[in-house]
Amino acid sequence: MKNDNAIEVRGVSKHFGSLKALDDVDLTAARGKVTGLLGPNGAGKSTLIRVMTTLLEPHSGTVFVDGVDVLKTPAKARKHIGLAGQFAAVDDFLTGRETLEMVARLYHLPRKEAKQRAAELLDRLDLTEAADRQTKTYSGGMRRRLDLGASLVATPSVLFLDEPTTGLDPRTRLQLWDIIRDLVKRGVTILLTTQYLEEADALADYMYVIDHGKMIAKGTAEQLKSSLGQDVIELKVADKDLQKAREALQKALKQEVEEDELTRRLLLRTKNGSDDLLTAAGALKKASIKAEELSVHRPSLDDVFLAITGEKAEK
Amino acid sequence: MHGVTDTLQIIKRNVKRNFRIPQLLIFSSIQPIIFLLLFNYVFGGAVRGTGSEKYINFLLPGILAQTALFGAIQTGVGLAEDLSKGVVDRLRSLPIARYAVLTGRTVADAVRNVFVIILMSVVGSILGFRYHHGFGNFMLAILLVLFFAYSFSWVSAIIGLLLKDSETVQVAGFLWVFPMVFASSVFVPVETMPSWLQVFARNQPVTQVVNAVRHLTQNVGSSEAVLHTALWASGIIVIAAPLAVWLYKKTV
Repeated sequence: MKNDNAIEVRGVSKHFGSLKALDDVDLTAARGKVTGLLGPNGAGKSTLIRVMTTLLEPHSGTVFVDGVDVLKTPAKARKHIGLAGQFAAVDDFLTGRETLEMVARLYHLPRKEAKQRAAELLDRLDLTEAADRQTKTYSGGMRRRLDLGASLVATPSVLFLDEPTTGLDPRTRLQLWDIIRDLVKRGVTILLTTQYLEEADALADYMYVIDHGKMIAKGTAEQLKSSLGQDVIELKVADKDLQKAREALQKALKQEVEEDELTRRLLLRTKNGSDDLLTAAGALKKASIKAEELSVHRPSLDDVFLAITGEKAEK
Repeated sequence: MHGVTDTLQIIKRNVKRNFRIPQLLIFSSIQPIIFLLLFNYVFGGAVRGTGSEKYINFLLPGILAQTALFGAIQTGVGLAEDLSKGVVDRLRSLPIARYAVLTGRTVADAVRNVFVIILMSVVGSILGFRYHHGFGNFMLAILLVLFFAYSFSWVSAIIGLLLKDSETVQVAGFLWVFPMVFASSVFVPVETMPSWLQVFARNQPVTQVVNAVRHLTQNVGSSEAVLHTALWASGIIVIAAPLAVWLYKKTV
């Protein structure tokens, strides 16, 4: 099954009791690319990752990673797989260097090579200075980097990153993005789960959206955005004018206007962004409502996500 | 086979854990010392006529067994902690022998028990404990206690894998270890118990190991207890170890 797909998942189902965690899921990830797996909490992202990384056996379906049958020969598959989890499985009481050397030894590198490999990764992940401190003194970002380092020890051809940046500050997140991009340059195939849509937008070449254990959409960011086929007009007015503005727009454009309860903005989906923007501006002027902000934009991944999962994306 | 080197790496990691986390060290060293002091000085006066002149000579073999068993609880606690923190996931995603995580854990806990048993023997001798059956038999007694505790580590591992939450495992550990320790010859002679309890107390393994250690250090009782202890420990390992490995393989 050696082909251009580094990951091939076919018809995978897994249930816990009566809960269908995964329901006939398909997924393929192109070699050397970043594939994003998006979905709200509890959608099945982590379950699917655990199936693909030999940690969990599905009730049905097939999984191939790098051409190796994961379900039939898990031990063989593990040699191709790197996994960095959302919990950053790093031992508090070991130093960064000890952690990487242990993992290298568990990949059966000889002692000397294990030491070299650990030093090299510490350097690449900018952890050399902290290498000989116990990791309980590390910051969240450092722990993530060390965890990532542990998954890179054996230079895996396929790397699974389960929410690698959840809970990190923006600067540290950008730092991790750089590391991920660098890995892609070295030819690693990456499967990334995330709750941050801008992260998927920035990193993933292709993405899958999963909800309630089912794949509900797939495509490039552009394809997903244009699948909505619509621009979004966004309007912000003073709160007291909100209802009035809504009615005026609905009348002028003869269509439903949504209100984003979180930001108190009015949203209007349209096929004809710029024309409708002018109409909307005219209608507001006629009703003498002052717009604080009025804009038209292409749908963001957030918009796509909201539209297809039918609920607020969790931030 | 990489099983041996895998196990050695896991042992190294767990030994570091056992000695670098201060509360673990205190739990495994200060607590048994307190037990020893309390039982010796609080109950020592009341529980006379135990076959040896001094209560400490009666008590220390019991406390050694008790300490080793309490140490065994930590096997399950540590395993549950590694499960919930994702450490086990990390290890399971590596191409290592599946049993290495369990053997590495139980052996590392045995290493800690060596340290604790030596400490207890030193404190015991300060309190007046003396062996009266030769140094060789004393060493044999210590090995027997360690072997016995090692077998219980595997039972504890099963409990850790089933309950998966370190605090629950800790509480459950006391639930199954306390009756075994107290309804035995650890603190008092079995003959003083009600007859229905004697049936259990006489025949359960903790009494066997304590009687064996008393025989080997004080030259009292029969040497049969040594054989019984070895049989109990071997039997427990033969059943519990494969069961634990099987559970580990299918643990989510």
